[in-house]
Amino acid sequence: MIGIVRPVWNFRGFILGSVKREFQSKYRRSMLGGAWTIIQPLSMIVVYTLIFSQIMQARLPGVESPFAYSIYLCAGIITWGLFAEIVSRSQTMFIENANLLKKVSFPRLCLPVILSLNALVNFGLIFGLFIVFLAAVGAFPGWAMLAMIPLLVIQLLFSLGLGVSLGILNVFFRDVGQTVTVVLFFWFWLTPIVYPAAILPDRVEAMLRYNPMYPLMSAYQDVMVYGQAPDWASLWPVTLAGLVLCALGVRLFLRRAGEMVDEL
Amino acid sequence: MGSVTVTNVAKAYKRYPTRWSRLVEWMAPFAGPRHELTWVLKDIHFTVEPGEAVGIVGINGAGKSTLLKIIAGTTQPTTGSVHVNGRLAALLELGMGFDPEFTGRQNVYMAGQIMGFTVAELDRMMPEIEAFAEIGEYIDQPVRVYSRDMKMRLAFSVATARRPGILIVDEALSVGDAYFQHKSFDRIRRFREKGTTLLIVSHDRSAIQSLCDRAVLLEAGSIIKDGDPQEVMDFYNALIAEREQGTSTVRVDWAPDGRARTTSGTGEARIAQARLLNAEGEPVDTVNVGDRVTLSVEVAAHEDLDRLVVGYVIKDRLGQPVFGTNTYHLDNSLTDVRRGSVYQYRFTFPANLGVGSYSIALAVHAGDTHIDLNYEWRDLAIVFNVLNINRQQFVGSNWIPPTMSCES
Repeated sequence: MIGIVRPVWNFRGFILGSVKREFQSKYRRSMLGGAWTIIQPLSMIVVYTLIFSQIMQARLPGVESPFAYSIYLCAGIITWGLFAEIVSRSQTMFIENANLLKKVSFPRLCLPVILSLNALVNFGLIFGLFIVFLAAVGAFPGWAMLAMIPLLVIQLLFSLGLGVSLGILNVFFRDVGQTVTVVLFFWFWLTPIVYPAAILPDRVEAMLRYNPMYPLMSAYQDVMVYGQAPDWASLWPVTLAGLVLCALGVRLFLRRAGEMVDEL
Repeated sequence: MGSVTVTNVAKAYKRYPTRWSRLVEWMAPFAGPRHELTWVLKDIHFTVEPGEAVGIVGINGAGKSTLLKIIAGTTQPTTGSVHVNGRLAALLELGMGFDPEFTGRQNVYMAGQIMGFTVAELDRMMPEIEAFAEIGEYIDQPVRVYSRDMKMRLAFSVATARRPGILIVDEALSVGDAYFQHKSFDRIRRFREKGTTLLIVSHDRSAIQSLCDRAVLLEAGSIIKDGDPQEVMDFYNALIAEREQGTSTVRVDWAPDGRARTTSGTGEARIAQARLLNAEGEPVDTVNVGDRVTLSVEVAAHEDLDRLVVGYVIKDRLGQPVFGTNTYHLDNSLTDVRRGSVYQYRFTFPANLGVGSYSIALAVHAGDTHIDLNYEWRDLAIVFNVLNINRQQFVGSNWIPPTMSCES
């Protein structure tokens, strides 16, 4: 394990530089520049709040606040966004960086690290704004917010393990990339993010229990909508799945890294 | 100081008959392999000593680039190992893995950080990198708008911004304008003098011979010759000539001065005798600068030939051509040559050469170059020295005496 981590650590300068460069270049050719990072999530929060809580008068069962439903939506969509970004970008990372991989020698595992840090920066901006919104409408969950840290660690573990494994497979079997896009779409709708789990028939809800993202998403919703600590026991399966996927990813990487460059 | 040790390296690429075969192989590992191996390198074994410069030559597809990639660490060998001692900088296939969307400057930082420099160090190196690349305002444009030349200029400038222990250059020097080629060669020479180990792939004979202490010839993935650059390049040229016509073998023997002499050709016509004569018609091996000499070549036809052309090239100590021509260009090619005829050729010219050792390579062939229908090609057919006995002092490999005046 140290053998994998040490070289990546030695390249931290390159990693941080790459994160910075990607962030800069994303908005470099636009006139408003960095403001776009704020405008996009802000419009999302505003639209959801207006449509669901003001126009459609949607209410969450058992919560009185007019903002509850939009908070519920944002809690799920923002965190799912982080998951989807890491998975979908890491499954193409080796293919997209083929040029770099073929010409320069560096620890290949820098790529998922750079990508995760980038995703976390984007997430941090949106999430920061969301917290400001929570505070503004008087719905800041308080201490329960600290639960976000372990929750994000679990999610990162799960999405990186999945993403890296898919990324390696995608080099050899390009169909993987196409499949992932479709699967992520279904996965999103099979997770109670837009709709509350309570509206589901019991039989369907029981089936959704096998979806590892379901307990994670409801943990975020518990924290942000209800200000409660999440049900930690329900998170064991997804943590375990994350660890297994990480081990699988590392194993695949060790066995196939050399062949991978030949295939690009 | 850096050294490279390549031990029994072989490289094979897997080829699967269909897209599904790989999946089947992965899913059922005990059912046996379903791929075929294409070997591009076999049993490569060599060492580059600290400070040594080695040129790798061979026709396209011989495995040169793959070998460099394995040494540079971007490709893993199928078997064997490579041990690199010292900081290595590599310029593979004209690039440093630049990202087309980033500006030149951003790419310099990226490449530099991968090479292990910190931002502060790169800040200090940047003006010098910009100055060397000479791409002006383009440094702040995205790399996708760069020409091939500009990319290569920038890549070279970054890779060589600090003198590496080992420098690997793959063909990069054969593109680009003459001006930048000179500039980059100068830089490589300076690195060499300071002790950088050099590994280059090039088709350019003069680059190999003027830069390298040693050359390695790769043919179909194996090293078939490893030695003095001049000897290896002669062998390589003979091999190319031969490939064009498909018969005969390349032979190597020793010239009087101890250098390896390569002879090749199909043998329908042969060089029976070759001598360098002075004005009195006596054979000589030393010539005074500017003296009139005669190259006398006796050619015997062993078959009936449609056409017969005889050519010669005078080469300097490093094997670089000083002057060469042939009877085709001299409007004197023979046609309908009968078997058994012997021809005496005499080429008379002033030895307007600088002081030093020279050789003459001879060729007997049918076309206007020795590439098609090469009857015989003989390197180092004659070796002679030029001395300055009675001319004014001068330097260089040519004697171009001026008349001069000075007015006030």
